[in-house]
Amino acid sequence: MDTALDLARWQFGITTVYHFLFVPMTISLAFLVAIMQTVWWRTGNEQWLRLTRLFGKLFLINFAMGIVTGIVQEFQFGMNWSSYSRFVGDIFGAPLAIEGLLAFFLESTFLGLWIFGWDRLKPGLHLMTIWIAAIGTALSAYFILAANSFMQNPVGYTMNAERGRAELTDFMAVLTNKVALITVPHTLFAAFMVGGGFVAAVAMWHLIRRPERDADAFRGAARLGAITLLIAGIGVVITGDIQGKVMTEVQPMKMAAAEALYEDADECAPFSVFTIGTLDGSKPLWSLEVPCLLSQLATGSFDGEVRGINSLNAEYAETYADSGLTDFSPNIPVTYWSFRLMMGLGFAAMAASAWILWTLRKGRLPRQGARSTRWLLATAIVLPLLPLFANSFGWIFTEMGRQPWVVFGLMPTEAGVSPSVSAAQVWTSMIGFTLLYGALAVVEVKLLLRYIGKGLPDANPPRHDDDSDRPLAFAY
Amino acid sequence: MELTTVWFILIAFLFVGYFVLEGFDFGVGMLVGLLAKDEKERRVLVNTIGPVWDGNEVWLIVGGGALFAAFPEWYATLFSGFYLPLFLILVALIIRGVAFEYRGLREHQAWRDRWDWAIIVGSFLPALLWGVAFANIARGVPLNESHEYVGGFFNLLNPYALLGGVMTTAVFLTHGAIFVALKTVGDIRVRAHAFAQRVGVVAALLAVAFIGWTAARDGDPAVWIIGAVAAVAFLGALAASHAERDGWAFVGTAVAIAGVVIMLFVSLFPDVMPSTLDPAFSLTTENASSTPYTLKIMTWVAVAFTPIVLIYQSWSYWVFRKRIGVQHIPA
Repeated sequence: MDTALDLARWQFGITTVYHFLFVPMTISLAFLVAIMQTVWWRTGNEQWLRLTRLFGKLFLINFAMGIVTGIVQEFQFGMNWSSYSRFVGDIFGAPLAIEGLLAFFLESTFLGLWIFGWDRLKPGLHLMTIWIAAIGTALSAYFILAANSFMQNPVGYTMNAERGRAELTDFMAVLTNKVALITVPHTLFAAFMVGGGFVAAVAMWHLIRRPERDADAFRGAARLGAITLLIAGIGVVITGDIQGKVMTEVQPMKMAAAEALYEDADECAPFSVFTIGTLDGSKPLWSLEVPCLLSQLATGSFDGEVRGINSLNAEYAETYADSGLTDFSPNIPVTYWSFRLMMGLGFAAMAASAWILWTLRKGRLPRQGARSTRWLLATAIVLPLLPLFANSFGWIFTEMGRQPWVVFGLMPTEAGVSPSVSAAQVWTSMIGFTLLYGALAVVEVKLLLRYIGKGLPDANPPRHDDDSDRPLAFAY
Repeated sequence: MELTTVWFILIAFLFVGYFVLEGFDFGVGMLVGLLAKDEKERRVLVNTIGPVWDGNEVWLIVGGGALFAAFPEWYATLFSGFYLPLFLILVALIIRGVAFEYRGLREHQAWRDRWDWAIIVGSFLPALLWGVAFANIARGVPLNESHEYVGGFFNLLNPYALLGGVMTTAVFLTHGAIFVALKTVGDIRVRAHAFAQRVGVVAALLAVAFIGWTAARDGDPAVWIIGAVAAVAFLGALAASHAERDGWAFVGTAVAIAGVVIMLFVSLFPDVMPSTLDPAFSLTTENASSTPYTLKIMTWVAVAFTPIVLIYQSWSYWVFRKRIGVQHIPA
C-alpha cells in the first residue's frame, strides 16, 4: 500500500467512519436533551432539569469531537481528491456550502447561547436555543446526504466535455433525488437509535449499580431512551426496506454484492443470513438461508427476479466501455458482511431496548442482585455500541458498495485523486490524523465515563436576572 | 456585474468575516500563555470567547464550502497544493476546539495545563499559517497548464509569505488583547491594555511593511488606497486603546484586518491564484468558476440567508455583552 490513491482511500475511510461516530450521537442527543428540557419547562419537575444538565454535558463532550472532525471532512475533498472536486464541484459544492450557511451557523451560534445563556436568557427563550440547534443538526444531515446521494445516483446534471466536468442543470432534482429522500429518514432514524441507546444505557447503569440514587429520574430517562430506540428502530426497518428497493433500481450491483449473488436469480431468490465460505461465487461451505426473502427485499415481490454480479458486470462493461474499468463489482466480502452487521446489530439493539422496557413496565425497577439483572447490566453497557456500529457498517456498505465508482457511472474512484499530492504527503496527514484521533478517542471515552459515573448534578434552577456579579452558569 | 465577480466578492466577504472574528479568538487563545497569571485569569480569558468562538470558526467552514461551490478549481488547487500547511492548520483547529470544551471538565492542574498548551499552539499555528497561505495566494505560486500546484512545501516559505505570517500573528495578538480589554474588568484588563500597546507597535511595523510590499508589487492605486486605510485604522486602534476607548480600538483593528484581506483580494482580481510559471496558467474568476446556473442558485441562497445569520450572530454577541472578571468564575 504505497500509492497515493490507496492511502487517500484509507484516509477517507478512517476520517469518515471516525467522524460518523460523533454525528448520530450529536443529532439525536440534541433532540433528546431538548425534549428533557421541554419536560422540565412544562412540568417544573427538577429531575428533568438535572437530566438535561447531565445529558447536556455528555452531548457537549461528544459535539466538540463531531465539529472538529467535520472540518477535516470538508477540506479532505480538496486535499486528497482534487480531481473529484474539479469534476463535481459545480454540483456537489452547493449543498455543502448551503449546509454551512443554513445549518452550521445555527448549530454553533445557538449552542453557544444555550451553554452560556442559562441565566442570561428567559427560560422559554433559552429552551428555544437548544431546539434551534437540534433542528440545525437535522438540516445539516439533509444537505450532506443530498450531496452524497448525487454520488450514488447522479441526477439533474449534464456533462460538459470541453471542461471535463459534470454541471448542474436542475438543483431541485438534486435536492429531491429519490436516493436522498429515502436516505435522509433512514439515517436520521438510525441516529436516534444511537442517542436513545446511549440515554437508556446510562440510566440503566445507574438504576442497577446505584439504585438508591435518583431512581425516579433515571427510570424516566431509561424509558425515554428505550422507547426512542425502539420507535427509531421500526423507522429504520421500514425506510431500510424502501431504500433497498430504490438501491436495487439505481445500483443493482451494490445489492447483488450485498448478497454475494453471482448468477441471476429468476424467481424466489433466498436471502442468506449467515454464510461460511469465500463469497467468490464458488459454493459456500454452509449457509443459513431464508427462501424468497431476497426477492422480496429487492423487488417487493417474493418471486421477483434479482440480477447477479456476473450479468451486471457484462452489461456494465458494455455501457461504460470508455471508463477504463473492467471489473465493476465492489469488494464482495466487505459489502456482504457490512450489510449483515448493519442489520444484525440494529435488531440486537431493538431487542435489548425491548427488554429494558419490559423490566421497567408499570413502575417497576430492576430487581437488585438477580442473575437476570446482571445480564441486563451487561446488555445496557453494550447497548449504545450496537446501533453505533450498525451506523458505521451502514456507511461502509453504502460507500464500499458504490466502488469502483466515486460518482456512480460517471467517475471511477481512481480518477478522483489529487495528481499533485504525493504518497509521502498523504502518509504524513494520515499518520497525524490517526494518532490524534486515537488519542482524542481515549480522552473522550474517559470523560464520558467520568461524567456518567458522577450521576445527576444538583438542580440549581437558573434565575434570570441582571446581577452581573453572579458566576457564569455553564462556564468553561 | 458578472456573477463570477459577485462570488469573488462574497468569498472575500466570508474571509473578511472569518479573519476579523476568529482573528480575535486566535489572539485570545495565544494570550492564555502570555497574559494570564493564574488559573482563574486563564478561565476569564477562555470565557471571553466561550460563547462565540465556535460560531466564528463556522465562517471558515462556510468560506471553504462556498469556495468549493463557486470556484471548484480554486478550491481543488488551493487545498491540494497547500497540503501540508493545511494539514497543520486542521490539526491545530482540532486540538484547539477540543481544548476549549475539555479543559474545564476536570479539576486537575496537569490536565488543564495540557489543554492550555493545546489552546496556545492551536491558536498560534493557524494565525501564522493563514498569513503564509494568503500571502502566497496573492504573490502567486507555480501552477502548471492544468492548474495543478507543482512547487514543493519550501516554495511556500518565501520572505513575502513569511512576513505575511508573522504580520497576521502579531495583528491577531493585538486584536485579541484589545478584545480582552474590551471584555474584562480588573487586573487582567489593565495588563491587556499594556500588552496591546506593546505588541501593537510591532504589529503596526509589520503590517505597514507587508502592505507596502503588496502595494508596490501590485502597483494598482486601489490597492494603495485600501492598504493605507488599513494602516490608518490600525494606528487609530492603537491610539484609541491608549486613550482607553476599547470599543473604538476594537473597531479599528477589525477595520484594519478587513482592509488587509480586501487589499489582498483586490490585488488578486481577476485572478484567484496567479501562476508564477506563465500568466496563461493562472486561475481566474472565469476559468475557476462554476456554471452561471449554480452561481445563480447560490446567490439567491446567500441573499436570503446571510442577513439572517448576521442578525442572530449579532444577537448572540449582544446577549454576552457584559464584561467579565475573576469574580464571575465559579470556584
